[in-house]
Amino acid sequence: MDSSLYLPMTKNKFLSSQLTFLYQGLMDNLRPYRSFVSYIDRSREYYAAQDYSKPYVWAHHDDVPFTPLRKPISECRVGLVTTAGRTQEEGMIGAGRLMREPYAEPANPPPTHLFTDDLFWDKETTHTDDVDSFLPVNRLAEYAAGGRIGSASPRFYGVPTDYSQSRTSQGAAPRILEWCREDGLDAVLLSAL
Amino acid sequence: MSLVARHLEANGVPTAVMGCARDIVEECGVARFVFTDFPLGNPCGKPWDAEMQSSIVGSALNLLDRAWMPRTTVQTPFRWDNDAWRDAFMRVDESNREALAQEGEERRRRQAEVKTGR
Repeated sequence: MDSSLYLPMTKNKFLSSQLTFLYQGLMDNLRPYRSFVSYIDRSREYYAAQDYSKPYVWAHHDDVPFTPLRKPISECRVGLVTTAGRTQEEGMIGAGRLMREPYAEPANPPPTHLFTDDLFWDKETTHTDDVDSFLPVNRLAEYAAGGRIGSASPRFYGVPTDYSQSRTSQGAAPRILEWCREDGLDAVLLSAL
Repeated sequence: MSLVARHLEANGVPTAVMGCARDIVEECGVARFVFTDFPLGNPCGKPWDAEMQSSIVGSALNLLDRAWMPRTTVQTPFRWDNDAWRDAFMRVDESNREALAQEGEERRRRQAEVKTGR
């Protein structure tokens, strides 16, 4: 940060308040910290405070696969994938008998409720009563009706949030791919709560 | 979710991820990412705000159409009503440190019960 922007010390209260005001104005566009929340940092400190001895290790890859669209988006069939569950049990992340399985469900009629209670999201600040706020099945259908995309998939897909990255990569991901192929999808939108 | 997107891309299916946890998605590394700087829970727009939801889904469709290389992130222009959630979520400080330690202990006890089938 430019050192000229540090707030100078002064005993003059008026000048001090003016400088504070000016400083806050400048800091709208300049700040000594990153704006977005780091969930990796936040959750590591949170679980350490809960006395978990080993921090969760997050997936990290240097290489990223990329497939371009093969035809105009207006001709593509597009599908949606969510981390929400159909039932209370699928909404549970956890050990033992409560393992969640990936699923495919009809997109029409659109779901009016999905289970999100045990997923990792900010329950103090917001809610998930509107499914389109995390699985935009109606919004996608509107884009299909308006011709922006060729069609929306007849099904949407659910993938469990799993602490095991190998279960996700080797179990859930191939199932989702299989369903995408069965439904003839050209592209997929995914969103995690 | 990012791992599923990577699997689809590696097998010839173009994807775009919509999300609010920027660091988690970008560390994993995905082809296309529409980031909205909201509290976790509504990655596709505020509840009952169909216009905003359409805009975010539209950004994802544009990204499918136009991105030419992986790790393409776009940020939507939307802001939450206030910023209080940024510090409040999963906050750890002196006021809750003891309660968090107790919660952790309780959670481990419950998980052990599930595992042993009790």
